[in-house]
Amino acid sequence: MAALESSPRPSLRRRGAALGGVVPPVSLLLVAGAAGLLVGCLRSEVFAQLTVQGLALGAVYGSLALALVLVYRATRVVNFAQGELAMATTYVAWQLIQWGLSYWEAFFATLAIAFVLGTVLEVALVRPVQQRSVIGAVIVTVGLFILIDGVVNWVWGGEFKYMPSPFGTKIYHVGGVSIARLYPGMLAVVLVSVVLVWALFRFTKLGLGMRAAAFRPAESALVGVRVDWMLAIGWGLAAVLGAVAGLMAEPSQFFLEPTLMQPILVYAFAAAVLGGLDSPAGAVVGGLVIGVSLNLVVQYVPAISSELQAPFAFAVLVGVLLLKPTGLFGRREVRRV
Amino acid sequence: MRRLLPAIASLLAVAGLLSALPFVLSAYNVSLAARVGIFFVAILGLNILTGYTGQISIGHGAFMAIGGYTTAVMSQDHHTNLVVTMLMAFAICFVLGLILGLPALRLSGVYLALATFALAVSVPQLPLKWSKFLGGRDGVQTSRTVSHVWLYGAAWAASAILFVLAWLILRGRVGRAFRAVRDSEIAAVASGIELPVYKTLAFGISAAYAGVAGSLLVLATNGFAEPSEFGIVLSLQLLVGAAVAGLGSLWGILAGAAFVGLLPAVSSGVPVIGSSHGRDVVFGAAVVLVMLLLPDGFAGLLKRLRRLARA
Repeated sequence: MAALESSPRPSLRRRGAALGGVVPPVSLLLVAGAAGLLVGCLRSEVFAQLTVQGLALGAVYGSLALALVLVYRATRVVNFAQGELAMATTYVAWQLIQWGLSYWEAFFATLAIAFVLGTVLEVALVRPVQQRSVIGAVIVTVGLFILIDGVVNWVWGGEFKYMPSPFGTKIYHVGGVSIARLYPGMLAVVLVSVVLVWALFRFTKLGLGMRAAAFRPAESALVGVRVDWMLAIGWGLAAVLGAVAGLMAEPSQFFLEPTLMQPILVYAFAAAVLGGLDSPAGAVVGGLVIGVSLNLVVQYVPAISSELQAPFAFAVLVGVLLLKPTGLFGRREVRRV
Repeated sequence: MRRLLPAIASLLAVAGLLSALPFVLSAYNVSLAARVGIFFVAILGLNILTGYTGQISIGHGAFMAIGGYTTAVMSQDHHTNLVVTMLMAFAICFVLGLILGLPALRLSGVYLALATFALAVSVPQLPLKWSKFLGGRDGVQTSRTVSHVWLYGAAWAASAILFVLAWLILRGRVGRAFRAVRDSEIAAVASGIELPVYKTLAFGISAAYAGVAGSLLVLATNGFAEPSEFGIVLSLQLLVGAAVAGLGSLWGILAGAAFVGLLPAVSSGVPVIGSSHGRDVVFGAAVVLVMLLLPDGFAGLLKRLRRLARA
C-alpha cells in the first residue's frame, strides 16, 4: 500500500540515488557485518572455516539469484524453473565429461548450451504468455519446472551421479585454519562470471541495449534497439549464470541428483528479495549474506538445526518483504491507479 | 431461478454419475477416481484464493501437509474418528490460513508467489526437525486404514459439500468483495470493502479446503503422512490444476482435478516415454501447452463452446 501513496517524485530522486551508489545506512550495515565476521574469524577456527564455506555457498546462491534478477528485470517474470534449468545443465556437463571431455572443456561447452537453451525457452514459451498476466507467466515457469525435472529423471535417472572435482582435493592451511581448495575455487569462478556479466552490461553496446530494453521497451524500440532479441539474450545470460551456479553447487553437495537445486532455489529467492528483486548487485550481496548467515546460524543457534535451513530462509524472505519490500538495494515501484 | 436450472441439472447429472462409478469401476480405478476427488477439493480451495481473490499461492501443499499430519497424528495418538480429524484439519488450517494471510496482506503478485513457494518448501522440513512428535522421514501412520470405496465416498462427499459451500460463499456479498479485490484493490477499497478482512478470509477458507484435501491424501496413501508426499511438486500440481480448470470459475474444476489426478497414471501407459519418470515429461509438457493454447483453462473453453453453440 505504501507504494500507492508515494508520489512519483521522491521515487525518482531515489532512483538517482540507487543508480549512483549504495544507500549509506545499508553499506554501513554491510561493513559492520563484514568487520564482525573478520573478528570472529580471528578468534575461532571453526568460525573461520564456516565463514569461508558460507561465502562459497553464498556465491552460488548469489549467482542463481542474479539469474533470477536478470530475468525479472528483462521480462518481469520470476522464473521458478531457473533452479531446475541449472540442474539440467549440470547433468549436461556430467554427460559431456562421460563422453571424454575434460572438466573445464565441459564447463564452457555447458555454458554455451545453457545460453542457447535459455534463449530458446524465452522465445518459445515465455514470450507468448508474458503480456497476459503474472499468474499465467508463473504457471508456465512452474510447468517448465515439472517438465525439466521429468526430462532429467527420464534421461539420466534419479540415482546419484559423481563428477570429478574441478579443484582437486588440496587443502590449504592458513594460520591453523584448514580450508579445502574447493571453496575459494567456487568463490572465484562465481565472482569472475558475475564480473564478466556486469562488464557486459556496463561496457558493451549490447549491454546498453539490454538495459534500455529492460527499462523502457517501447522507447528503446523507437531508437532502434531490437527489444525482443535483447530479452531473449537476457534469458540466455541468466541460464548461463544458473549453469555456473549448478556446476559450482555440485561439488559442494558431493553428488549430482535431480533435486540438487531445489533448496538452493529457495535460498536464491531469499537472496534476491534481500538484495531487492531488481538489483543485480543486491542479488550477489544477498547471496553472500544468506550463505554465511545460514552456515553460522546452524552452527551457533541451538534451536535451528540443518533441517530448519529452508524455514530460516523463508523467515528471512517474509521478514524482508514485510519490513523493507524493496530489499537492501531495490527501487520502489510506483503503481498507477 | 430459471437461470440456475441448467446449472443445477448438470450438477445433479455429475453427482449421479459419480455415485454410480464405484459400482462399475475396478478397485484400482476407484482409487484413481478418489484421487481426482482429493484434488478437486484442493483446487477448489486454491481457486477461491487465486481465481476469485487474485492472490497467487504456490504454497497450498503446505496446508495439505498440515491437514494430513493432523489426521495422522490425531488418529495414531488419540484414535480419533477419521471424519472428525478431517473437520479438525479444516478448522486448524482455517486458523493457520488466517494467520499466514496476515503477512500476505502486504505482498502481491510475484512477491506473494515467492513467499508461498518458500512456505511450500519449508513446511515439509518441520517433521524432520520435530521427529519425535511428527515421525521424521518415516512419517506417521493413522491407526486405521480405509478401503478404496470408503475413500472414494469420503473424497466426493467432501467435494460435494465444499463445492456447495464455495458456491454459496462466492455468489453472495463475500464473493463480490473477493472479485472486487481481484479486479482492482484500489477500486475495492474506494467502494468500502475492507481489504484486510477479505484477503485474510480468502486465505483462511482456501487453506481450510487444502487441509481437508491433505487429510484425504494421507488416507489415500495407506494412512501414511510423510514429508516426501507433500513436497514442492504437490503445490505446483495444485496451481497447475487450478490453471487448467480456469481461474475464477467453478465449472472447470472437475477437468483440472482430472488433469492433475489422472494424467500421471494415464501417461505412464504412453509408449516410449511411458516409464514412471516419463510421466512428468508428459505432465510438464501438457501444462505448458495448455497455458499457451487455453489461457483461460477449461472453463474458458466451455465458455467459448457455449458461445459457438449459440451462434
